[in-house]
Amino acid sequence: MGRYAPMSELDALMKAYGEAGGNKAILGNNEIAHLVASGHKLLSRKSVEGLEVDARETLTGISAKVTVKEGVKIKNPVHLCFGVLHKKGTQKIKMDVRLEKNSSAHFIAHCIFPNAEKVRHIMDAVVEIGEGAEMRYSETHYHGLYGGIEVIPKSVVKIGKNGRYFTDFTLTTGRVGKLGVDYSVEAGENAVTELTARVFGHASDDINIKEKVVLAGKKSRSIIKTRVAIEDDARAEVTGITEGNAEGARGHVDCMEILKDNAVAKAIPIVSVTNPLAKVTHEAAIGSVDKRQMETLMAHGLTPEEAVDVIVKGILK
Amino acid sequence: MSLLEIKCLTYETVNKNILDGLSLTIKTSEVHALLGTNGTGKSTLAYLIIGCEGYKPTSGEIVFDGKVINDLKIHERAHLGITMAWQEPVRFEGISVKDYLALKNKSIVPAHYLEMVGLQPEFYLHRMVDKSLSGGERKRIELASILALHPKLAILDEPDSGIDMLSTQDIVNVITAFKEDGSSVLLITHREEIVIIADKASQICNGKIVCSGNPDKVAEYYKSRKCLICNGEVCAYV
Repeated sequence: MGRYAPMSELDALMKAYGEAGGNKAILGNNEIAHLVASGHKLLSRKSVEGLEVDARETLTGISAKVTVKEGVKIKNPVHLCFGVLHKKGTQKIKMDVRLEKNSSAHFIAHCIFPNAEKVRHIMDAVVEIGEGAEMRYSETHYHGLYGGIEVIPKSVVKIGKNGRYFTDFTLTTGRVGKLGVDYSVEAGENAVTELTARVFGHASDDINIKEKVVLAGKKSRSIIKTRVAIEDDARAEVTGITEGNAEGARGHVDCMEILKDNAVAKAIPIVSVTNPLAKVTHEAAIGSVDKRQMETLMAHGLTPEEAVDVIVKGILK
Repeated sequence: MSLLEIKCLTYETVNKNILDGLSLTIKTSEVHALLGTNGTGKSTLAYLIIGCEGYKPTSGEIVFDGKVINDLKIHERAHLGITMAWQEPVRFEGISVKDYLALKNKSIVPAHYLEMVGLQPEFYLHRMVDKSLSGGERKRIELASILALHPKLAILDEPDSGIDMLSTQDIVNVITAFKEDGSSVLLITHREEIVIIADKASQICNGKIVCSGNPDKVAEYYKSRKCLICNGEVCAYV
């Protein structure tokens, strides 16, 4: 631990992480793997048996090759902590993740930008999930109140036969700034994909989420679920694409956007099927908070403001 | 003592007179059943009492605990002690049953209220109040949430209707729980076998109360379809 950088920067990052509700004790636990980077400095890393991490610093960020060896099931989540504590800067994270046959791992990424006034965080990931392997990836952002951050997470994922891939992107703390999610997944035979994104935008936040799943293998299944709440002058555009190209493939795109004030939301579900035995469905709901939900909560004694808060927190949970 | 007094209440829309000078009184701790076929104004009356958006009396007064509440918002009426279980309770994403029951009062014991509506807490407390619940489960959870509020007046809009309808015994159990708690209940139904558990009943037709009094007699009157003000089409079995 702490092999690369002064403890002060690590302390500062972990302090921000702790203030955002994170558990700082993960760094001291020998059974929990982690990788911590501030800007382009690697601050701390730990691996566990069956997990290979080859990480290095680049001029503008971090490049890491992560491999989970065949048949290894990583017991505890692997924590990835990335952040920029300065007001200005760029952090490019390049990840090459491979889960070998019948392995499994859960990665939890904490992205911390508490002081960003002009910061770019770019994540470029290539993920390959082997036959029968399972990967869970949860990414949670902790932003400050300035809104001067640009977050561009991009990933290209390939899932092998009987593989499973679950992602959960959450940005509900602080200002979003400018967000450009671009995920693309190709699912092999009998593979399962579940992509979930939750974002809460305020002020002039600009949210773009594009998620695509190609159901290439027989009996592959997927769901793209997006939940966005926006207020003030924020805008959001959500594009969910699913292609059903194989016999027995089943896909669903589910987008809900709640807006108030002068916010503007758009949902673009694109579904296409090239195999007559595949089926892809979609649903999208955009609008203000549901009137019946409001009335029900108010009949329980909640004020209109409390009712909106409960509903929005619920859909973003 | 009267808890709720509805005085000559009229509610008109552009094309229709939904309630037509309706008057009704519910006493403290009284279970009052409101019987009527579909389209007679039962749910409209409920929406006017609770204060749903767009439901404002054209004329007449709604008096609760001695105070005219015509202009109060839903939550303000709830603070006075009125609440309502809708006929088709709405679903919520991301809210657990446990949190839903304790929305207004964090100190309650949610499991207790689930047991009161015949649900085993260990199977339901951590489930979401979303579309994964069946219609019957959702209705029971709504009733449990209303019980947890300990209201002065609970409006139950057709708890016995729907695909997963609750049994007569389920309804009796819930009504008994409200009575034991000292709550008044306005029980809206179109099933005469439910009416007999009430202290008093009224039949509504064409926006008016056409018969009021002993539940057995009102149920008998309802079954006989002898309503004197409608043309027989509304009061016919539907």
